[in-house]
Parts: sequence; structure tokens; C-alpha cells
Amino acid sequence: MSKEWPLWEIFIRGQHGLSHRHVGSLHAPDAEMALKNARDVYTRRNEGMSIWVVESNKITAFDPDTAEQNFAAPKSKVYRHPSFFKIPDDVGAM
Amino acid sequence: MYAQLVETGAAETSEKDREFQAKIDRGVRIEANDWMPEGYRKTLIRQIGQHAHSEIVGQLPEGNWITRAPSLQRKAILLAKVQDEAGHGLYLYCAAETLGISRDEMTAQLLAGKAKYSSIFNYPTLTWADIGAVGWLVDGAAIMNQVPLQRCSYGPYSRAMIRICKEESFHQRQGFDIMRQLCQGTEDQKAMAQDALNRWWWPSLMMFGPSDKDSVHSEQSMKWGIKQNTNDELRQKFVDQTVPQAEWLGLTVPDPDLAWNEDKGGYDFGEPDWTEFYEVLKGNGPCNRDRLAARNKAWDDGAWYRDGLTAHAEKQQTIAAE
Repeated sequence: MSKEWPLWEIFIRGQHGLSHRHVGSLHAPDAEMALKNARDVYTRRNEGMSIWVVESNKITAFDPDTAEQNFAAPKSKVYRHPSFFKIPDDVGAM
Repeated sequence: MYAQLVETGAAETSEKDREFQAKIDRGVRIEANDWMPEGYRKTLIRQIGQHAHSEIVGQLPEGNWITRAPSLQRKAILLAKVQDEAGHGLYLYCAAETLGISRDEMTAQLLAGKAKYSSIFNYPTLTWADIGAVGWLVDGAAIMNQVPLQRCSYGPYSRAMIRICKEESFHQRQGFDIMRQLCQGTEDQKAMAQDALNRWWWPSLMMFGPSDKDSVHSEQSMKWGIKQNTNDELRQKFVDQTVPQAEWLGLTVPDPDLAWNEDKGGYDFGEPDWTEFYEVLKGNGPCNRDRLAARNKAWDDGAWYRDGLTAHAEKQQTIAAE
């Protein structure tokens, strides 16, 4: 069997000014083919106006087992949300 | 159902396994790099792999009619549908790959006849009406199964299913539209539609897998949140939805036992021929050998193209490095 093509992660920006969003992945021999394949696989129904492709092994992520220590701190900092502060009704819109 | 008789094994009882089950019970999605029991991983690889292979092999019975579609528009629509099936296969292969199996490994299993795909694609598409029946019944049954899979406990599978479901309803409607046009046509055309329904009805009911009492793997799959409904529940839902559509078309469902049951608010219907089902799964359906031969030929004939693209990519890299 021939050599397996590398895996690419595909990010697409829709039409309405949103940021690029991860939509899935695919195999391709190089970035150019990854882009062309991504267009055929992920934008058959006008899903996007721009595509980014990134080789999967170039992505760095936290180990999921460390999620608790990585993401726990903000849980105690509820004052970061505007809803923490009670504004009396008669102050009006804020 | 595109995945049938998926083996699950039994759950272990370690501390980690119990924590995992608790996570599932809380409705937390499992992601690619999270710890998961080997049984869960293997079950998903089998199920998603089988599902992906079904999408890919499913292109063959329809591809048969691309060059013979009765009008340019029908041809363009059928091409778009078959292209969607290829896309669905790709989404699913990628979801399975997050579990630690490679795409080429899965392809090799399919080509060697070791991996299963849905029994339904081993039946031939003899007339144009079959393309209508496949869209209406086969895609209809697939949707019935795939809608609940959007809530599957495994994140990458559930996300692939969300994309697929969005695209799938076009498939069912185009099939129904073909049937509608034939049923409103000449006597011969209507007879062709009836013949297609006669041949596709029972194989479509078999898609949901064996009856619950014989479905040995369902319980564990449901506990793990891989499966949300039993085979019989989904089959019942499919019959209840489809029979009125057949009546609307003026067609007769080929089941003498079919009758509305007021008490259960659904139809009573006959048993599919399970001997036939198991024979098809064993490789003895009308088209099993043809399907595998076609996939092997496509893979072998495409080798020079895949190798050429790899060689080009490597050459470009060398040039860029110099």
C-alpha cells in the first residue's frame, strides 16, 4: 500500500463576518490539495468564503486530564460577569 | 441503520470505568483524547467504520444510474447526491481516526472483506425507480437512525452526524420526488415504482438490525450512549412514517400483515426474512461480490494518481527546502 497522506484540520469562515471555525479534517498530500479537497468536502452548500488548512500534527493542545487544573480558576471569579453586580431598577439601563 | 450487529464486548468495573460511566450518565460528551474504556473505543471504531464504509459502498448502487438518468437535471441531482455520500464517508472516517485507527487501515479492512457495511447496499438497482426507492426508503431509514446519533456520547461522531443529517434530508426528498413523478405518470411508470417498492421494502426494514430480543449488543451500546433507541423502536417509527407516504403515492406496501393498530397508535407489520438478512451480512447477498470488486478496482486503479500526488508534494517540499 502507498504512503498515507497526512491529516489536515479544516477551518472555515462563513459569510457573515464570523471568525474561522473548525469544521473537521481530511487527508491530503500537501496544503494545496488540502485546500481543494476542503472546498469540495466542506463547502458544497455555500458554507464559507475562506478556508484555512493546518496540518494536524502542528496543533498543540492541553492534555484533557489536566482540564481541571487548567480551567478551574475562573470558576471562583464570578465578578468577571456583569450579572454579579446588582444594579437597582431605578438606575435605569446600564 | 448503517451499522448493524456492532459487537460491544462487556464493560469493565474498575474505578476509571465507573467514573467514565458517571460522565456519560451526566451527559458529558467524550472527546478524542479523553480516557475511555477499550470496549467503548473498539465499539465506536467498529460502528463508525461500518457507517463510513456504508456511505462509500452506498455510492455504487446509485452510481449505476448516473449515466442513465432520464434527464440532465436528474443526472445533476444524482451526481450531487452521490458526491454527498462520499463526503459523509469522509466525515465519518475522520471521526473514527480520532480513536486511533488510520484511514488506510480501515480501507484495507473494507477491501479485504473484513469490515462490514450495511446489508442494504448489496441489493441491485435494476430500474430508475430503484433510485427513487433508495432515496425515499433507504435514506429515510438512515435518517431515522442518524437523527438520534447526533446526541451520541462521542463528540467527533456526534458532530459528524450533525453535518450529515443537515445534508441527508435532500436525499430522501429527491427520492420521493422521483417516486411521485413516476406514480403520476403512465401505467408502466407507476408499475415500475410499485416494483421498486416491492423489492426495497423488506431490505429497508432490515437496515435497523435484528429484533430487540436477538440484538445482543444493544444494551451495552445504549448504556454507553452510543445508541439511543432500540432497533425495534426505530423500525416502528419508520413504518409509521412511511406507510402514509406510500398511500399518498397510491402504492401498496408489500406486507399482508400490515394493519393500523389503534391501541398502540402505530402499525402492526410482518417480520422481515432474517435468514436473508444474515445471509447478506455473511457475503451472500445479490451484489456483495460485485460491490467489493468495484471498491478494490477503484482503489487499485487510483494508486498511480495517489502516488503521483505524493511524489509531487515531496518534490515541492525538496524544492522549497533548497
